[in-house]
Amino acid sequence: MSYWDREKECMPREDIEKLQLRRLKETVYRVYAFVPSYKEKMDQAGIKPDDINSLEDLNKLPFTTKQDLRDNYPFGLFALPMNEVIRIHSSSGTTGKPTVVGYSKRDIDIWAELMARALTCAGANRYSIIQNSYGYGLFTGGLGVHYGAEKLGASVIPTSGGNTKRQIMLMQDFGSTVLTCTPSYALFIHEVMEEMGVSPSDTKLQCGIFGAEPWSENMRREIENKLQIDAFDIYGLSEIIGPGVAIECPVKNGLHLAEDHFIAEIIDPDSGQRLPEGSPGELVITTITKEALPMIRYRTRDLTRLDSSVCECGRTHVRMQKVLGRSDDMVIIRGVNVFPSMVESVLLDIPGVEPHYLLVVDRKGTLDVLEVRVEVSEKVFSDEVRKLEELGATITKELESALGIGVKVRLVEPKSITRSEGKSQRVIDRRNM
Amino acid sequence: MAKQISVFLENKAGRLAHVTRVLGEAGINIRALSIADTSDFGILRIIVNDPEKAYRILKEADFTVSETEVIAVQVPDSPGGLATVLEQMSDADLNIEYLYAFLGTSESDALVIFKVEDIAKARQTFKEKGIRFIDEQQLYRL
Repeated sequence: MSYWDREKECMPREDIEKLQLRRLKETVYRVYAFVPSYKEKMDQAGIKPDDINSLEDLNKLPFTTKQDLRDNYPFGLFALPMNEVIRIHSSSGTTGKPTVVGYSKRDIDIWAELMARALTCAGANRYSIIQNSYGYGLFTGGLGVHYGAEKLGASVIPTSGGNTKRQIMLMQDFGSTVLTCTPSYALFIHEVMEEMGVSPSDTKLQCGIFGAEPWSENMRREIENKLQIDAFDIYGLSEIIGPGVAIECPVKNGLHLAEDHFIAEIIDPDSGQRLPEGSPGELVITTITKEALPMIRYRTRDLTRLDSSVCECGRTHVRMQKVLGRSDDMVIIRGVNVFPSMVESVLLDIPGVEPHYLLVVDRKGTLDVLEVRVEVSEKVFSDEVRKLEELGATITKELESALGIGVKVRLVEPKSITRSEGKSQRVIDRRNM
Repeated sequence: MAKQISVFLENKAGRLAHVTRVLGEAGINIRALSIADTSDFGILRIIVNDPEKAYRILKEADFTVSETEVIAVQVPDSPGGLATVLEQMSDADLNIEYLYAFLGTSESDALVIFKVEDIAKARQTFKEKGIRFIDEQQLYRL
């Protein structure tokens, strides 16, 4: 078992909690002083920074949500002046304005540290040749892994996503030992390898570190068998820092969440009440070292459960179970967040189209595909195929531009989409998550 | 002039059977029919003996339905008969959206249902060129 920073990763719980409390208090003072939105919310709740004297007191602080980021678009939640912010990323959230995140020099260093820790935890080292097929750009995946791989001292190949045949050629020629990408892209790479007549034994791949979309144990088995590698789940979200928030160790019994930088809680997504350890619920994360964009009790919307018992690997940091799902009906498709409400608003913008729709997410081969079923009302119906096809094309174009991913629109008969009395089911996810 | 009933159908098993059964049970007789289809959906176009009733029945059965004005043209039932009519329409710059054949005949003529872009212009042209078309009530009785 190798560690990047054994002392921190295997710190006794007592010490973790002491460190967390000290850092939490600093963070709360800082946001109260420098971020008007936090001050306002704390004042409303009647909480002063001095009221936070134990980790339990975290419970007193208001939650932060994606909406807070939107309301303060673009830089309103930053706790540092812009001249101290050295990097800006934007989340894949695509409802209206994107959510924007910023990093100080120290934030970037910590992020790289966490990613180096994660890569090491999954078995990479400075001899590794890491093919990084996460997208580079505004998305935190590409650059996040990249900096960590460099910090680790590995050789990083910044292939980014796409151009799969070339990826496979480079994988063979450069002798890549570690693949980092989304799990669905890993399967797609395998599919293309088969088409090219390349077998996993023609590569030197040993492990893959996959994240940015939820994936099941079945998917892990599939990837491990097909690519003949060890597959690890990595968790992160740009609002918190990006990839590297939590990582699986070889025991593969949950993802170790870096507790020296984050505090994790589980709440009931409906009541907002904190739940006892072990209960499934929504993951809430507080950052305790972030400078540019500290997050107090950020509601991740990811459903999981926590286990703080010491892992067989010796690490003491709390383990989060592989994400079970979402606390609302958002779906993540190829790393992009899609909310049914976004589809609804697009449909309602097209004259005559009624918001009777259903999102069907499926995995075709190895890629996630989104089909949007839209009922054809009399207002838009025509006896001419051409006109209906134009309607379909218009809806497709509008949805693709709003969602940022490819969409297959299927026109369906009225009332063929099940109506519901209460909260309607807008999504059918067939990916066997 | 005639009323065609157009029905939106998803391209899946049993839909056509369902719509024709609904019409049959209401005592509606289909006199002409065509289906335009794509991989996902189809449009059923029918001429029936009672378009008003068919429209109502189908709507009640939750189909997306529309009424479309079409013309039933009498085409000589002999080789080249349709070609002659089409050439005359082409000469007059009449755009045809689609056409399909009627199941019955009128005297010695075949009947072809035309959906044209400009129905007024079509009628004018038909009169000028001596192309015969039959009226609505006559058609539904056939």
